[in-house]
Amino acid sequence: MSAPTGTTAHRARWGMVIDLDRCTACQACVVACQAENNIPNSNPHTAQGGRNIHWMEMIPFVEGEYPHTEMRLLPRPCMHCDNPPCIKVCPVGATQLSSEGIVGQINARCIGCRYCTTACPYTVKSFNWFKPQWPEVMERYLNPDVSVRFNGVVEKCTLCHHRLQKARDLAAYEGRPLQPGDYTPACVQTCPAEAMVFGDLANPRSAVAVLSRSKRAFRLLDELGTEPKVTYLREGV
Amino acid sequence: MDLEAAYRRDEEILLRPILESNRNVYVAVTVLGVLVAWGIYAYLYQFHYGLGVTGLNRPVYWGFYITNFVFFIGISHAGTLISAILRIARAEWRRAITRSAEVITVMVIFFGAASILMDLGRPDRLLFVITHGRFQSPILWDVTSITIYLTSSSLYLYLPLIPDIAIMRDTIPKRRWFYAILALGWRGTPKQWRRLELAIQVMAILVIPVAVSVHTVVSFVFAMTVQPMWHSAIFGPYFVVGAIYSGIAALIVAMAIIRWVYRLQDYLKDVHFQNLGILLFIMTLLWTYFTFSEYLTTFYAGEPVHMAVFWAKFSGEYRHEFWGMVVCCLVIPCIFLSNRRMRTMGGMVFTSLAITVGMWLERFIIVVPTLANPRLPYERGVYHPSWVEISLLVGCFAFFILLYVLFTKFFPIVSIWETKAGRAHAVREVSSRVEEYLPGDPATMEAGGGS
Repeated sequence: MSAPTGTTAHRARWGMVIDLDRCTACQACVVACQAENNIPNSNPHTAQGGRNIHWMEMIPFVEGEYPHTEMRLLPRPCMHCDNPPCIKVCPVGATQLSSEGIVGQINARCIGCRYCTTACPYTVKSFNWFKPQWPEVMERYLNPDVSVRFNGVVEKCTLCHHRLQKARDLAAYEGRPLQPGDYTPACVQTCPAEAMVFGDLANPRSAVAVLSRSKRAFRLLDELGTEPKVTYLREGV
Repeated sequence: MDLEAAYRRDEEILLRPILESNRNVYVAVTVLGVLVAWGIYAYLYQFHYGLGVTGLNRPVYWGFYITNFVFFIGISHAGTLISAILRIARAEWRRAITRSAEVITVMVIFFGAASILMDLGRPDRLLFVITHGRFQSPILWDVTSITIYLTSSSLYLYLPLIPDIAIMRDTIPKRRWFYAILALGWRGTPKQWRRLELAIQVMAILVIPVAVSVHTVVSFVFAMTVQPMWHSAIFGPYFVVGAIYSGIAALIVAMAIIRWVYRLQDYLKDVHFQNLGILLFIMTLLWTYFTFSEYLTTFYAGEPVHMAVFWAKFSGEYRHEFWGMVVCCLVIPCIFLSNRRMRTMGGMVFTSLAITVGMWLERFIIVVPTLANPRLPYERGVYHPSWVEISLLVGCFAFFILLYVLFTKFFPIVSIWETKAGRAHAVREVSSRVEEYLPGDPATMEAGGGS
């Protein structure tokens, strides 16, 4: 059976696997995300106030009890939960779950109440405390595919869904179904250690689906029933 | 004849604040006006530069404004709820205090709603809540509940005002056109009285579930999330109890000021304050019971994510606010309210002020420590309010007091007709009611008594 052009054969469920054993914490994913998604640069002032915006962030945390402690680093995008606590609480429908499982944020609808940011147990959503600004020279290099957000709205990781739209258009133009590898978010594409795998979780044979069933697999705060679609692979096993 | 003279005296004394204004009133209005203007400036500053001018950050996305929202909506429970319960219970001592209580409700609820507006990143899109509202969100429950509450409490304030407005239309020369419009053609015919009393009764019954729902859904904004120490079934009743608690405290402060400024010692008597003081002490105990239940269950289960918030309150970053709350809401009320010797006017006003502060702190330590200690262990926030947030809190208080002062300058703050009605039939009604309770048939008793 041939799939309709520009889509997958079945309804896709986009997800990601991050192998912590491979991750070198180089933060290339963080930088790629900032550049791809027109995220305003941090500066000492925003950092001091806790107002940095990161859709993808390298989180340091300590594991174990002293003296047997170990420093861990965790690249953390939005978990794109199948049961997202942020969507339930939005009073205006500014954050929605797409039919393919991407938790999106509609900047033009958001009223900036920050209920979703407080309801998210992963604290992955960011708020624009000020009008975003770039050094003049950088303004010319903003990504034209991603709208620039404005003062007073919430923003978040969209799994680079503009890339999905582009990939779909291209596949439709070429008259073929969307294939694995057509659509990859910037962070995954950039990862030099190939620690991140992205794809369709609904396809049981896809690399991401196979890895997400690995014995090393775990999901952050899985016990809350949020059903995250980002899976981590434990390191050192 | 005697009654007529008493009626005239009631009118004269209770209308005096409207007819005469001394210099102190103008001074108070000016000072409050300046504070309000400063608050407006602070808001415009925030409107221009964005919420970055506050002390909020990631992960403490909510701070002063949401605290103020919960606090003001809580204070608004003073009026309508207390007044409605006292009316339904036919508590005769209500007559002098219902009006001042109801005014608190209506005035302060605006500042609850305004706090949300201040908190919005995009206040220009406020109406999206109506045009694109989603009822799955507890914020929509709030919007609905608070709108109904504001409407019904305004009606509930207005209905018993009508006969008093008519008295002013007929007796005072000032602003006659204004009172004529608001009096809605009140003539005091028996039919009008029947309708008014029925309407007040219906509203009194109606506003109670609405008032309870308001603070319940305010708590649901927090309780519906999975965040540590928010996700708690006790929050609904806990917030309602806290609301009534802070509301009564605010009412006592307001009444004490009114009594002192307008010299209404003969109307707002010590017995009113004593009764309210006892009510306040009951609420102290109820509030303590809820607080104890909340913290003990958290502590005993000892789940680490909850304990992080628990210790942040008990001995961490927010210990001053937490223990301040315990002193203000438990220690001081127990000292001053539990025995008659300490329950003096001064003691009660001091306690009420302490409770008002303590309940604001309670709201603060519900909102902030949870956000500062989210589930995942790596993100810890610190929150210090900026001058903008403090200015807006002060501005809100000043604006509320200003509106309250202005109300007392336009309408009698103690209901004239209810005081008169109290003189006319309350004593007879109460004694016949008491006779009903006694064993034997009251009809034959009366006939037998031959009095």
